[in-house]
Amino acid sequence: MTNRSLSLLTAYQRKDYWGDKMVVVYSENQKLACEMLSKARELSAELNEKVTAVLIGNGKDQLSSELIIHGADKVVMTGASLSDLKAEEVSDLLCALAKEEGAGLMMIGSSKDGKELAARVSSKLGVGCSTDSKKLYMRDGSICSERVVFSGNGVAVERFTSRPAVVTVPPKAYDPLPADVGRQGETVRKELPYGTYGSRTVKVDPMLSEGANVEDAEKIVSCGRGFKNSADIKLIEELAGALKGYTLGCSRPIAADLKWLSEDHWIGLSGHKVKPKLYVACGISGQVQHVAGMRDSGLIVAINKDANAPIFKVADYGIVGDLYQVLPKLINAIKART
Amino acid sequence: MNIVVCAKQVVDVGEIKVNPSSGKPMLEGIPKKISDIDKNACEEAIKVREKVGGKVTVLTVGTPDAKERMKELLAMGADNGVLVTVPDKADHLVTSTLISKAIQKMGGADLIICAEASIDQFSGQIGPRVAGLLNIPQLTYCYKVTAEPQKLTAERNLGDRLVTSESSYPVLVTVTKEVNQPRLPSLMQILGSAKKPIEVWGTSDIGAADLKPGIETIDIKGVAMSRKNIVFKDDLDESVSKLADSLSKEGLLG
Ligand SMILES: Cc1cc2nc3c(=O)[nH]c(=O)nc-3n(C[C@H](O)[C@H](O)[C@H](O)COP(=O)(O)OP(=O)(O)OC[C@H]3O[C@@H](n4cnc5c(N)ncnc54)[C@H](O)[C@@H]3O)c2cc1C
Ligand SMILES: Cc1cc2nc3c(=O)[nH]c(=O)nc-3n(C[C@H](O)[C@H](O)[C@H](O)COP(=O)(O)OP(=O)(O)OC[C@H]3O[C@@H](n4cnc5c(N)ncnc54)[C@H](O)[C@@H]3O)c2cc1C
Repeated sequence: MTNRSLSLLTAYQRKDYWGDKMVVVYSENQKLACEMLSKARELSAELNEKVTAVLIGNGKDQLSSELIIHGADKVVMTGASLSDLKAEEVSDLLCALAKEEGAGLMMIGSSKDGKELAARVSSKLGVGCSTDSKKLYMRDGSICSERVVFSGNGVAVERFTSRPAVVTVPPKAYDPLPADVGRQGETVRKELPYGTYGSRTVKVDPMLSEGANVEDAEKIVSCGRGFKNSADIKLIEELAGALKGYTLGCSRPIAADLKWLSEDHWIGLSGHKVKPKLYVACGISGQVQHVAGMRDSGLIVAINKDANAPIFKVADYGIVGDLYQVLPKLINAIKART
Repeated sequence: MNIVVCAKQVVDVGEIKVNPSSGKPMLEGIPKKISDIDKNACEEAIKVREKVGGKVTVLTVGTPDAKERMKELLAMGADNGVLVTVPDKADHLVTSTLISKAIQKMGGADLIICAEASIDQFSGQIGPRVAGLLNIPQLTYCYKVTAEPQKLTAERNLGDRLVTSESSYPVLVTVTKEVNQPRLPSLMQILGSAKKPIEVWGTSDIGAADLKPGIETIDIKGVAMSRKNIVFKDDLDESVSKLADSLSKEGLLG
């Protein structure tokens, strides 16, 4: 451990540290940052704090004004010397900022990067953290956050007893404020300290995407391991075609293990959360982790050859049968009715 | 190489029933198990030991009954276990502080492996928190890990991109479900695991007696979901036609 990072750590772990001057908003996803700013404005009024948005790394100058017109009082640009935005260094920067400016609440975008960052930041600050916060509000003077637990079977209400409260916020939880082009705010550049660590990024590859936007889909037809091989997925595409205006979804193993479909199709606790009007699950067992991603669907239809498959417990309509026999018949039946 | 696997005993979320009157999840009497991906973490630790040598310690913060579950990981091939008794009020801050203090008491670790997230609370906080407390690098969401004596390389799924990272030791790694297929211990290994030591440490043994949580869970609300549960299981042609009729009536075929 370097001396610098050691002294940083001890400063944060001082028990008397209790910020209350600002709400900090940070996400590499600018749209999400603007959504969080809207909530930050609302809370900052209650907390009587200012809203500061953070931009980390090089070449972000043009993003600053957008953050201000969407609600930031101040934009701090830092970490210009960082070419590789790793959680280790970025969390040092955010800790230093929280300390220097007296943050009472930190809102971090709930991407995978954001979640690992928020956890590291809160450990270094010695405070609590609520990940994937669905609701954020003040109750009796404390910041409270609600998040889904037990794979969708419950919602925990978490009350912060430490400050700054650190939360991660998923996309689309809040609507951004309309752009107020007349809004004034200051933009400052700040060099903040960060440690040196033994890790480095060797290579970054784009994630293969087939452009499935399951989150906005009205009808989703999903496939699971009940399919014997990737070529058979055309069966489900035919069904989806007959249903008109469909999007293809899948369970985790289809995307993550077998790679028959790209991960933009992956639905569930660790994938995309969807709420179409119609969700058809074919050859999906219906484990809680899958259901966590589609339980808000309007109507759920299940096709599975095992009458005891848990998917039937969460389905409105189900057919017990071999999907290789059911799907062609269903496609014809639907075509006959439309 | 000293390798620590962090493993959590969780309630089996697949078995949770909902209280029909309050709509809240009922947690009493639900079977407990080792969180699924922690077995992948243990498998990866054993693989690393097989390649570069060393010792694999399973570390759990939990209630005394977790000891039984930890034996499953010892049967897989971990060498020993440490169970830190969880205080009444524990949050991520408390749990991760206990884990990092226990690792310090062990004399440190070269490689710490956690799962990307637990199956019950699913916050994914503990790994990065432990790395933060120990001030060491964190390589999260690894679906491929290659350990060599001087450095570790990991392929990581960050959702919108795939990142290859490397690190010197000590390092903390979190793994995904896809990283490996956990081995099933043989009967001999299961019997043999009874002889492997599991030490039980109290919070005062590791100098963490009066930790205060940073959040309190004040309520767990139920999530209502009512479904029609109409299942057609007779003649296939009839079932299909009934389903198509139902979808048509719901106005979903347009
Ligand atoms: C922490 C964690 C997070 C996870 N996150 C997710 C997630 O986000 N999304 C997700 O989907 N999973 C997730 N999982 C995995 C999840 O637990 C299940 O393993 C997964 O959903 C199973 O996928 P499946 O239903 O396609 O496969 P299986 O469980 O293997 O089910 C296949 C089904 O197909 C049926 N079948 C077989 N042949 C036929 C046939 N010819 N006709 C009709 N039916 C047939 C079988 O009866 C069976 O029910 C997660 C797990 C963990 C531990
Ligand atoms: C007995 C017990 C009592 C609890 N009481 C409370 C309470 O009163 N109030 C409250 O808010 N919360 C309580 N918790 C929950 C606790 O705060 C979290 O479960 C814990 O901090 C882990 O968070 P998580 O499940 O989100 O793990 P994640 O961060 O998602 O876990 C990721 C990985 O970290 C490791 N890990 C996580 N937890 C442990 C652990 N305990 N031991 C070893 N490795 C671990 C595993 O590798 C795991 O897969 C309790 C937990 C336990 C076990």
